[in-house]
Amino acid sequence: MSQSEMTRITEIKARACVIRGDDIDTDRIIPARFMKVITFDDMGLHCFEDDRKAAKGLHPLEDERFKGAGILIVGKNFGCGSSREHAPQSLMRFGFSAFVGESFAEIFAGNCTSLGLVCLTLGSDEIETLRESIELEPDQEVQIDVAQATISARTGRLQGEIPAGTRDQLLEGRWDSTSVLLEAGEAIEQTASGIGYIRGY
Amino acid sequence: MSQKGQNLFDKVWQAHKVRELPGGQTQLLVGTHLIHEVTSPQAFAMLRELNLPVRFPERTFATVDHIIPTENQSRPLSDPLAEAMLSELEKNCAESGVTFFGPDQGQQGVIHVIGPELGLTLPGSTIACGDSHTSTHGAFGAIAFGIGTSQVRDILASQCLALARLKVRRIEVTGQLSSGVYAKDVILAIIRKLGVNGGVGFAYEYGGEAIEAMDMEARMTLCNMSIEGGARCGYVNPDEKTIDYLRDRPFSPKGDAFERAAEQWRAVASDPDAQYDDVITLEGEAIEPSVTWGIHPGHNIGVLEEIPTPNRATNEERAGIEEALEYMDLTPGAPIQGTPVDVAFIGSCTNGRITDLREAAKVAQTGHVKEGVRALVVPGSQEVARQAEAEGLDQVFRDAGFQWRQAGCSMCLAMNPDKLIGRELCASSSNRNFKGRQGSPEGRTLLMSPAMVAAAALAGYVVDVREVNSDVAK
Repeated sequence: MSQSEMTRITEIKARACVIRGDDIDTDRIIPARFMKVITFDDMGLHCFEDDRKAAKGLHPLEDERFKGAGILIVGKNFGCGSSREHAPQSLMRFGFSAFVGESFAEIFAGNCTSLGLVCLTLGSDEIETLRESIELEPDQEVQIDVAQATISARTGRLQGEIPAGTRDQLLEGRWDSTSVLLEAGEAIEQTASGIGYIRGY
Repeated sequence: MSQKGQNLFDKVWQAHKVRELPGGQTQLLVGTHLIHEVTSPQAFAMLRELNLPVRFPERTFATVDHIIPTENQSRPLSDPLAEAMLSELEKNCAESGVTFFGPDQGQQGVIHVIGPELGLTLPGSTIACGDSHTSTHGAFGAIAFGIGTSQVRDILASQCLALARLKVRRIEVTGQLSSGVYAKDVILAIIRKLGVNGGVGFAYEYGGEAIEAMDMEARMTLCNMSIEGGARCGYVNPDEKTIDYLRDRPFSPKGDAFERAAEQWRAVASDPDAQYDDVITLEGEAIEPSVTWGIHPGHNIGVLEEIPTPNRATNEERAGIEEALEYMDLTPGAPIQGTPVDVAFIGSCTNGRITDLREAAKVAQTGHVKEGVRALVVPGSQEVARQAEAEGLDQVFRDAGFQWRQAGCSMCLAMNPDKLIGRELCASSSNRNFKGRQGSPEGRTLLMSPAMVAAAALAGYVVDVREVNSDVAK
């Protein structure tokens, strides 16, 4: 993603897909054997591959009713385990641009922000309400408002949370952090020059 | 000069803060950047696309660990995909001036094993790597954490990260550990108590008598699995053991500079009246040798306990337990002892160091690997391998029927030829028992200490290591 492509992310409007279960780790999202490559290009092809095979056609990502969904509804501690950015890359390339869950693993959430993907957390009752609504009527379009940290579905508007720093990065188009960090200029070298193990003791 | 009442995390954070960013994040200088072949090639490609140089090439260090075979490391590697990844890393390092510890130079190994042994991991430093087990380096009183590939790009370009400050939870382990109980059991007990997501938003500071008594390698095992409890980083305050370990390492300061550094390292430790966002206490004496029975590291019990029964669990836990038992094909209510194993794996960034191999060898020398069990010992680095061979441990393992391999990540995550096959069940000294983690989509993992893995290899099933060898942990 180059700096020129940086865009402001204010809302996501799409159909949604539900994957139930807590503690879904990044090895399940993208098994390690598919990471023997030097680009992210093919990551979308193997999204949840082992889970899908084990479910014998019954995995939500194989479900025709959820086809083309852009928002993924998950449980607690989604994306735990390995720091592999291959996991959000895989989900993004499969077609998701936002995740709504009860909680997210920290490195996963940080990786999502780096890619301009939204992670919205909801309380457990709200998540269940949303899951039931989407499973019942998967054709509905839902809408995430990033500034308000809400998601609106046929069941109504649910208040969630996005950490303030992340929300501002998305809204202001500063989620591609390299250029922001480089703005510090010589202050980086100045900080480094005051540190023993970098400068020499 | 440190102010009163600060913990180590605060001191290190302040020293490395370049500036505050809008939105409340901090631009933090990452003093030491470690890279490997899996999560760095895309970052170098992004950098080239942005037409940016590596800003501090002397502060990034590379090795190859995930994809390297442990039987034959001669070039070209037999797997063309693995060879392509290794070649790409070599090329990126050569072009940008980054130091690369390759397999033919004698200092290669799992990145979290070689960082400390080379003296790259220093107290009071910030360390990042595109690998979640970077928390290992916290054993030295460093603030060390895993990052994604876009953040690897950020560090290559700016030597900085944009981060929100973590809260700090002190985890105090009191008293002495029993014989046969290791750092692995302590961290599994902590994760069982606080949950696999209990540490989200926190750095863990480990302290108390049981932690202070641990040697540096045990502290690395402890900090290594902080991330399995949801904590991005975990650390132990530096003390004289830390300083002694660092003396005469290839990259640690020398002579008078070492003594000056040691003074700074002592000063970076948390103040006696340091403030914490949370404090938790565990009783060291109560910790038993632990074994996982499910599909995440929080699914663990003492070796004398029984596999959980879903209908005794809370509503919230039940679905997870049922899913885990179905995948593992274990019987609820049955003792975990006696569970038959097909494979035994000793190694990884969690437990592939010389002290781990010594403890496992004490058990291995009491018998022979059970017929039908495939048992691997994989040293964490070429240096660990040399030391083990100098002590004759390789021969102890070979005589007992274990395979003695070359350094790498091996069967911890199976991006190399070392994999489970089909439904095999593996007693493993690694860090993750996730579904499919060890390379077979149906493979099953029981995490435990290296001594417990060796005991399971000999018996052919899970046993209490304290009954196998009364000498363990002495």
